[in-house]
Amino acid sequence: MSEIAEKVKAIIIDKLGVEASEVTPEASFTNDLGADSLDTVELIMEFEKEFNVSIPDDQAENIQTVGQAVSYLEEHAK
Amino acid sequence: MSSIRRVVVTGIGAITPLGSTAPAYWEGLKNGVSGAAPITRFDATKFKTRFACEVKNYNPLDYFERKQGPKMDLFTQFAVIASDEAIADAGLLTSGVDKDRVGVIWGSGIGGLKSLQEECFQFERGDGTPRYSPFFIPRMIADSSSGNISIKNGFRGPNYVTTSACASSNDAIIAAFNNLRLGLADVIVTGGSEAAITESGVGGFNALKAMSERNDDPASASRPYDKERDGFVLGEGSGALVLEEYEHAKARGAKIYAELIGGGMSSDAYHITAPDPSGSGVVLVMQNALRDAGIRPEEVDYINTHGTSTPLGDGAEIKAIETVFGEHAPKLNISSTKSMTGHLLGGAGGIEAVASILAIQHGLVPPTINLHTPDPEINQALNFTPNVAQAREVNVAVSNTFGFGGHNTTVVFRRLAE
Repeated sequence: MSEIAEKVKAIIIDKLGVEASEVTPEASFTNDLGADSLDTVELIMEFEKEFNVSIPDDQAENIQTVGQAVSYLEEHAK
Repeated sequence: MSSIRRVVVTGIGAITPLGSTAPAYWEGLKNGVSGAAPITRFDATKFKTRFACEVKNYNPLDYFERKQGPKMDLFTQFAVIASDEAIADAGLLTSGVDKDRVGVIWGSGIGGLKSLQEECFQFERGDGTPRYSPFFIPRMIADSSSGNISIKNGFRGPNYVTTSACASSNDAIIAAFNNLRLGLADVIVTGGSEAAITESGVGGFNALKAMSERNDDPASASRPYDKERDGFVLGEGSGALVLEEYEHAKARGAKIYAELIGGGMSSDAYHITAPDPSGSGVVLVMQNALRDAGIRPEEVDYINTHGTSTPLGDGAEIKAIETVFGEHAPKLNISSTKSMTGHLLGGAGGIEAVASILAIQHGLVPPTINLHTPDPEINQALNFTPNVAQAREVNVAVSNTFGFGGHNTTVVFRRLAE
């Protein structure tokens, strides 16, 4: 797993209070990991802070799963 | 108005600087323990006051799932913890009570001060890009306390928070009382909480010159009625009551601690922070409460005073007690439990209602500790229950709380008479 993927996983475990085994690439924040709309906003903010990026709202809407977050950040993280 | 509806207390809960359950709190009260100690919640080195009455060894993970705790400000966590204890004590969730008829009316003077402070600090440290947490507003707003209590338990009756500084809890209790008397609900979870031991809380009250600066001896700093008192000691925590319409409580066989027989409110209309030294607003509030309760002053056994240990406020309240109770005043037991718990601000009325109810239940009046050099300006013929608890059959207990803004509130509890 890439360094970015490791960090993303750690943030998700911390913020959503889930087990590491649940955080698979296909896992959806809302459908599988118990996040509500506010949790999702907070997750995106944590990604922005951790990876020093600014994720526009229209792109944030497309980040629904662990894998989508990792792909986006691998592409955009500085 | 169906004024014959009576209201009783069927559950109590508390998380306080003396103990994290109602029984542990009572143990501290009856033994005259001080909850004051150096501040651990932040580095207070540069502050004028470097001690407070914190809830000891608090770990949110003892009460909340890892994900849940951080979504609530500390004052809401305290609210949920104390109300959970009261709700379990009353057996509300296990006796088939209609949850559509259960309300939550809570008190908080400030709300999520820590949450507000942290978000502002974080914005200030950044480059001007707003990165506010989506949980910031729901953590900060004072009504997140009553909201979280209802969400957790499914209570769908009246739900709101009263804010009147240090009178907030008593205002909540009185509002709950009135809603129950009016038949708008059968059960209401009430009380209040506060968690203001933060940089801005301590700094703000220091600026008002309202807090004790006795840093060399925190345990003796809260000393109501003592000549050497120099201000209040900040406390934190929560006290909760389950109030219930009497026939409803009887029908489900609930344990009944006491009856809430009266509530009084008044305003000083004098100054935004200073108490009216004449005590006239305090006379008015106690008279209003006794009239609402339908009792004579002679029937009162115990007054849990506001008594914050400030030079001005303590004397004004005692003067008012002398006016209202006249020749009966020296026969009262009077005590300020803030000498032990510190001042919980908007949460004060909650834990002091619990203390008053337990005084009725146990026939024991908790003391005013640290009363060693009685203030000659305060009538020493009165019994301030100095330093050691006193056994006394308490039929009627009165609890006063007053708030910045000139808000005065009094509640009256009585041993249940069939």
